[in-house]
Amino acid sequence: MNADPRGVLTGSHFLDGDHAAAEGALAAGANFSAGYPITPSTEVVERLATRFPFTGGTFIQMEDELAASIAIQGAVWGGAKALTVTSGPGFSLMMEHIGYGVITETPFVLVDVQRGGPSTGLPTMPAQADMMQARWGSHGDYEIIALAPSSPQECFDLMIRCFNLSEKYRTPVLLMMDECVGHMLERVVIPSADKITIEPRRYTKKGPGETYWPYSLEECEGGCLVPPLTKVGDGHFPHITGLTHDERGYPAMNATAQATLLTRLTEKIRKNADDIITLEEDGTQDADVVVVSYGITARVCQPAIARARAEGHKVGFLRLVTVWPFAEKRIRELAERVSAFVVPEMNLGQIVREVERCAQGRTRVRSVTHAGGAVHDPDEIYKAIREVMA
Amino acid sequence: MVETKKSAAPKAPRGHVVVNSERCKGCGFCAQFCPTGVLAMSRGFNLKGYHPPIVADAAKCSGCDLCGMYCPDFAIYGVKNGRKPESGDA
Amino acid sequence: MNESYEATLSAPASAPVTCDTNPVEGWLRMDRMPHIWCPGCGIGTSVNCFTRAVEESALARENIAIVSGIGCTGRVAGYLLLDSFHTTHGRALPFATGLKLANPKTKVVVYSGDGDLFAIGGNHFIHAARRNLDMTVLCVNNFNYGMTGGQVAPTTPEFAVASTTPYGSVERPFNLPYLAQSCGAVYVARWTVYHVKQLTRSIKEALLKPGFTFIEIVAPCPTLFVRRNRLGDGLAMLKSYQENSVIKNGADTRECELGMTGQIICGKFVDIDRPSYLHNQVSHLRKVLGERYVIPDAWQGVVQ
Repeated sequence: MNADPRGVLTGSHFLDGDHAAAEGALAAGANFSAGYPITPSTEVVERLATRFPFTGGTFIQMEDELAASIAIQGAVWGGAKALTVTSGPGFSLMMEHIGYGVITETPFVLVDVQRGGPSTGLPTMPAQADMMQARWGSHGDYEIIALAPSSPQECFDLMIRCFNLSEKYRTPVLLMMDECVGHMLERVVIPSADKITIEPRRYTKKGPGETYWPYSLEECEGGCLVPPLTKVGDGHFPHITGLTHDERGYPAMNATAQATLLTRLTEKIRKNADDIITLEEDGTQDADVVVVSYGITARVCQPAIARARAEGHKVGFLRLVTVWPFAEKRIRELAERVSAFVVPEMNLGQIVREVERCAQGRTRVRSVTHAGGAVHDPDEIYKAIREVMA
Repeated sequence: MVETKKSAAPKAPRGHVVVNSERCKGCGFCAQFCPTGVLAMSRGFNLKGYHPPIVADAAKCSGCDLCGMYCPDFAIYGVKNGRKPESGDA
Repeated sequence: MNESYEATLSAPASAPVTCDTNPVEGWLRMDRMPHIWCPGCGIGTSVNCFTRAVEESALARENIAIVSGIGCTGRVAGYLLLDSFHTTHGRALPFATGLKLANPKTKVVVYSGDGDLFAIGGNHFIHAARRNLDMTVLCVNNFNYGMTGGQVAPTTPEFAVASTTPYGSVERPFNLPYLAQSCGAVYVARWTVYHVKQLTRSIKEALLKPGFTFIEIVAPCPTLFVRRNRLGDGLAMLKSYQENSVIKNGADTRECELGMTGQIICGKFVDIDRPSYLHNQVSHLRKVLGERYVIPDAWQGVVQ
């Protein structure tokens, strides 16, 4: 379906990533946000607080991130489309509720505008060091969807994609920005509402009084693993709990129920990896070395790659627009024929471990680390590319 | 001459209780707080080993449902006996 | 062989039975009975009062949602046949906040325990009360963390024994009515589960009153707190509530502290009116933004 024009600020704008992300949420039809101030993400909710009264939404600043991350879930069960926004320390606080959203299958978007860590770290400076936390931060086994924008324009575009994925797969989705894309100003083009496709929320077709189980696949066809939703007041009276539950939503404290539930929840994502994963590739068909990157670092790579190519080297480039689920299939395919991967990231080596895992020792993997606080010097990346060619 | 007093017809109880004995956990709230002493805890017990209440004095039940309000296990409730005026009714 | 017992009294033939199922069962998820609470636990009693209060309030079932946290009282949501949400430890109130803001026509009830609401959830309690969100908070206070084995809680009386204060707690407990009042709750009451009639009436009042309404429900935890402190059993506690409680409506909440001995002051302490969060939001934004303000769809016709 098309976006609701109420939230779409059509036009050509000069915005930073934080502001573009807010506009992306509005264009996607978000009408609820709960948040807590934390640099460098605060501008997102400030903009939502300013814009919502004109688009029919509501924002509330909660008393902490624990409250924000669950208030949005209460709102979703009340029928809203919701998001919250934070950075490192707040992201850590929100971990429990990511797990709650996964197991209750509550669709929402959680934005992490990454900054230097650990702990208070570098509040006003970029990093990409929460990438593994995005995947594994909450306790227990689960899959997660996480996207990484490389520009303010992408902050807008990918925010919409995050909401669409969250509705389609009835799961929380993470938008992993960083302080650099968050605070850099660039042209952001917002199309007209009829050019924006929104994945509608799938509600149950059961009438009030009919038996509706919130985790039953009864209304699903063709191997779909996503049960339809309901909301408060529709007369279905679901019971929603973070305890391991059966398809009725009732707590089921046994290993069989655990296996059944977790299998469906993880397969819900894994079996749909091809639909969920978006990659951008350039020159990988006959590459000798492939540079794998994401977020702002994907742009910082470009001068390094251009320089190496100008010298006649066959350097391919793979950008992970979707970081989780990880592009295992593509990396494995490339590992068959390239001699090396170079993985620059603004951390001390996180996604590179996934590349190594999928390369399975068939190809060399060179990490280009950065403790954070600034983007890489492209020279470092160029040197790494040249080094693996030797 | 011996006068025989006409004995008053026994008044029908104004209410009665319904007990789900298997659900009861024998806490004793109902018997303790029944305002007219209708209930007592039995010496017998249910499948789980708890002593459910028994009706010790049915006549005293008013159907006030205090037992029902106290019961933590939803195992008992009191009902007022409905009355329709009928001819011959005392 | 055990002697048999008489299960029911048979009513005289002239008196028709007015109903044959416990009327409370209509509000319960009977497919999940029996519940997990211990013999003599007061939570079930409070649920009885709650369902009767809901019945009397005439609120439509689809317009009530129940949110609870983690703990024995947290299990209440799982047994009620309403839109029911069993959330994370301490976070029932913020979940309820989001729910209410997205769906204001729903009467949101938060039903949770003393540890969940006032230890880990303490921060959320003070802010929800401060905001005067329209919701009813029922706190079953059994003076410890029951589900996890009877640990000390912010309401554990001084010198009482708990599993993590095996020689007695040395902390001063919260005075819940005082705390609720000072944070801005518009209705504050305390009852014990001995006071079933008053509690039922109070819950109904709290449900029907707009704003942040709070009731502390004092209840026994026979298996843990009561046993560890050698206070007898659930029944002994209810008799003790009967003996030691005094009803003082309008009492000064500062004087409502609870200890191992002494009076249990019960009653309705606060019943005031303050505009709710939603009301303030709409009226203020209308004033400031005029015609440009777009009220959320779900609030149309609900929030005045």
